[in-house]
Amino acid sequence: MALAVGCRARPGKARDNKTGSWRVFKPSFDDDKCSKCGTCRTLCPEGCITEDEAGNFVPDYAFCKGCGLCAVECPKDAITMKQEEK
Amino acid sequence: MMQMLEGSHAVAEAVKMSRPQVVSAYPITPQTHIVEALAEMVANCELDAEYITVENELSALSACVGASAAGSRTYSATTSQGLALMFEVCFNAAGMRLPIIMSIANRAMGAPLSIWNDMQDSISLRDAGWLQFYAEDNQEATDLHYLAYKVAEDHSVQLPAFVCFDGFILSHTYEPVDMLTQEDVDRYLPKFTPYERLDAADPISFGMYATPEYYLEFRYEMDAALKHARDVIHKAGKEFGTMFGRDYSALVEGYRLDDAETAIVAMGSICGTVKDAIDEMRADGKKVGLLKIRVFRPFPSEEITKMLSHVQHVAVLDKNISLGAKGATGLEVRDALYGTKIPVRNFVLGLGGRDVRKKNIREIVALTETGQGDLFYGLRREVL
Repeated sequence: MALAVGCRARPGKARDNKTGSWRVFKPSFDDDKCSKCGTCRTLCPEGCITEDEAGNFVPDYAFCKGCGLCAVECPKDAITMKQEEK
Repeated sequence: MMQMLEGSHAVAEAVKMSRPQVVSAYPITPQTHIVEALAEMVANCELDAEYITVENELSALSACVGASAAGSRTYSATTSQGLALMFEVCFNAAGMRLPIIMSIANRAMGAPLSIWNDMQDSISLRDAGWLQFYAEDNQEATDLHYLAYKVAEDHSVQLPAFVCFDGFILSHTYEPVDMLTQEDVDRYLPKFTPYERLDAADPISFGMYATPEYYLEFRYEMDAALKHARDVIHKAGKEFGTMFGRDYSALVEGYRLDDAETAIVAMGSICGTVKDAIDEMRADGKKVGLLKIRVFRPFPSEEITKMLSHVQHVAVLDKNISLGAKGATGLEVRDALYGTKIPVRNFVLGLGGRDVRKKNIREIVALTETGQGDLFYGLRREVL
């Protein structure tokens, strides 16, 4: 793909940047402990946590940078950060 | 038509005839007369442009970036500390590939404060990705603006350009200048047709984020476009020559260089003094010539290598100093001649408005021919 002159881009182009590659610690979600409060989704700075059909919260690991904010704020300690092997 | 004009007013007139749609600048000595004249032209409805008054140079160039991205032919002018304040925006304008034209009335950098001429300001921005033209006289200073717009706006270049002319020495000097008419300029310089532009109905962003996987390639493409500008300058300069009789197709110009044994390399108004000194030395039987650099970016390495291949000594005059190293032109000429046995001597001179006279040029030639150089020429050791 040829580069756009002047790095110009249409809306949504930033999604091409898969920031998940920056991650060192990966959040792991325990759906059994989860109270479905949605705090993780609200606070995620990347906006990459969504609710699935079953009402569970799921991060998009292609964009999750592993900041760990969700794990710190989760009132049920349902999210744990684990170092990723790459 | 030949007119007696102050350099700044001749430049302002040339800018007016280039029909910029947006002008944004902040006054600073010795650039002030240009922007005062343009503001008056806009106020008098002689120039149909939006003149955006701003609080400083950073805002001036930022306004130009926005206007250029929105598809307007855009102009600014500054010098010295004003240009330094634009540093960040200069890199963005080039990276976004916006063909903004900016006049630089060359002035020394503070501290210590100096309002007088040298080329430290624009030379310090040599890595920003802008084309850099340097004028010897006010005729070139005006003509190079038309050329700069034509080259910068070419879709195969799309880069901004400085048109540099020496502060006070040219900007405040009255000289006869052969001014084009509006009809001439309209024939030479077509309306600006942006390659892409900001449009609310079809949104686009400029200069977006590049990951490490792409950044190097964007820089490569800027470098390639700047180098390719050589060919575009050649074509546009030749066309200018055909239409108006002054040929700017070459990035460098030789003066009595063909049979010269010693060559002086210089840029800007000092070339006039050098030419007079050469005429005197020639009358005394000394084979001295001048290689004038009119375009510093892209740097004309190939031309320099070719045109200096026969000389025995090279003296490079630099009205700038890359502190801790040498004058910028000296370094690059030496790079162009790498692999040859031609000695290149660098002379840092004329900083902060110190006059350079014919007798100085004669002395520099004598120093060069006896193997001396790489020094601050005219250094007053008694005050150190």
